Amino acid sequence: MLIKKGAEANLYLKDWHGHKVIMKQRPPKKYRVPTLDKAIRFYRTIHESQLIHKAKETGVPTPTIFMVDIAKTTIIMEFVEGKQIKQILNDLSSKDRQYLCCHIGALIGKLHNHGIIHSDLTTSNMILTPQNKVVFVDFGLSEQSKELEVKGVDLHLMKRALQSTHYKHVSECFDAIMGGYTRVVGDNVAREVLKKIQEIERRGRYVSER
Amino acid sequence: MLKSHSAAHYCLGIESTADDFSVGIASFDGKILANVINAYVPEKGGIHPREAARHHTEVAGKVLAEAFQRAKVRPQDISTVAFSQGPGLGPCLRTGATAARALASYLGVPLVGVNHCVAHIEIGKLVADARDPVALYVSGGNTIVSAFEAERYRVFGETLDIAVGNCLDVFAREAGLHRKEGMPLGAIVEELASCGQTLISLPYTVKGMDLSFSGLLTAAVQLLHDEKHGIEDVCFSLQEVAFSMLTEVTERALAHTEKPEILLTGGVAANKRLQSMLKSVAEEHKVRFCMLPKQYALDNGAMIAWTGILAYKHHVTLPIEKSFVKLKWRLDEVPIPWVGG
Repeated sequence: MLIKKGAEANLYLKDWHGHKVIMKQRPPKKYRVPTLDKAIRFYRTIHESQLIHKAKETGVPTPTIFMVDIAKTTIIMEFVEGKQIKQILNDLSSKDRQYLCCHIGALIGKLHNHGIIHSDLTTSNMILTPQNKVVFVDFGLSEQSKELEVKGVDLHLMKRALQSTHYKHVSECFDAIMGGYTRVVGDNVAREVLKKIQEIERRGRYVSER
Repeated sequence: MLKSHSAAHYCLGIESTADDFSVGIASFDGKILANVINAYVPEKGGIHPREAARHHTEVAGKVLAEAFQRAKVRPQDISTVAFSQGPGLGPCLRTGATAARALASYLGVPLVGVNHCVAHIEIGKLVADARDPVALYVSGGNTIVSAFEAERYRVFGETLDIAVGNCLDVFAREAGLHRKEGMPLGAIVEELASCGQTLISLPYTVKGMDLSFSGLLTAAVQLLHDEKHGIEDVCFSLQEVAFSMLTEVTERALAHTEKPEILLTGGVAANKRLQSMLKSVAEEHKVRFCMLPKQYALDNGAMIAWTGILAYKHHVTLPIEKSFVKLKWRLDEVPIPWVGG
């Protein structure tokens, strides 16, 4: 059953040898020339499955990968029960929202500590399970890097996602995220990353404080 | 002094954010009566803000007169004067603002400050009859994917560094290409690209819904210096990668917002390859693909006039003493009271 037709992948909910699984398939995109299209889909399929696994090793919950079919650009992974953070964040009490964001920040910190950059940190890519675990999904754009710049962009994107979807709570949420992040990466790194985020924001087009 | 009871209402809009000086006249019921565009063409290199502003000063009178003539409207029939208040190049913006202030105070009508990016979307909606699109606005100065959400045009994706049009222009100049009559540099890259066949690997940089073109530009220029590939193949590869990035991000915004239309606008919107890519995405998602005639996709006065009308109707006017230009005025800073929902 198709449960989400995303921009670059389709998600199917399936029964796979008795497991409830998500089949993530990257179909060819007609708009791209075939060489480029294939390269992007292959690269992302391989990369995503590798980094989902690596993330788990750092202590960040991610879905379990059951199978990768590179030729079909398909990943079969565990279906994570729960709700997208996007669906619940606006309705939480301020205290709960800050608590949750702080936890999310700590998870991002763990990834960054191990050189994993998610590159698509949005509240739709995080799932809160009934056991109160936050599971990170969709590592399709992620990369490995320990550079300050890339960490900064990663968090800048998180902020941008908050601005477009949770515009009423941007500073509350982002401050809490940075709080949790700081606890994990330490004051020095956090300070450097924050400075970088401000630099990245100024670099953007039409920023008033430039 | 408000002229609220004359039979027909008109707005005159002045656009001068970058290399074009343009005056448009629109009627309050949404008819574009004039849209005169006068472009500054540098002899070489990119736009020098001061030189462009000097051009604008020189042609302003002529362009205004021609707009009145074409619209068959007398100056005293104008109910409000709108100008693009930002974002853009300072000297250019100030030239347009000065003309607008002078005209508004001479005619005794209110002044409206219009955000250039908002205007691109609003004229697109008017001309292409779009209701609630995901808008991809691509030009020499801007690369923005936006859609309306809670009182604003929210920016879903944008460039983290240079605009896509800038990337193509700088590349073209590095390649020693020259503008031909009626053909901007981007069109020449497009023409060469249509003869290219081999895709050369270039950095494809999409971060979430944001994009980066500076690394792509550097790598493409490097390919030129390597002299291993024909210019056609380099142009082809550059376009394929840059436009695939834009299309991917637009598709992401579309999937995220579930809007019923894609609107393509800005100077780079004239590129046929980019059009075909977005059309393909629109078909796949069963949404309408909206394109504009060139004179409404490029920087133009009509879009300022029309957006001026929308703002004026919602009492968003600007006292002259507060009408300073805003060089870095972001699209998502502007409240949009005229769109419901």
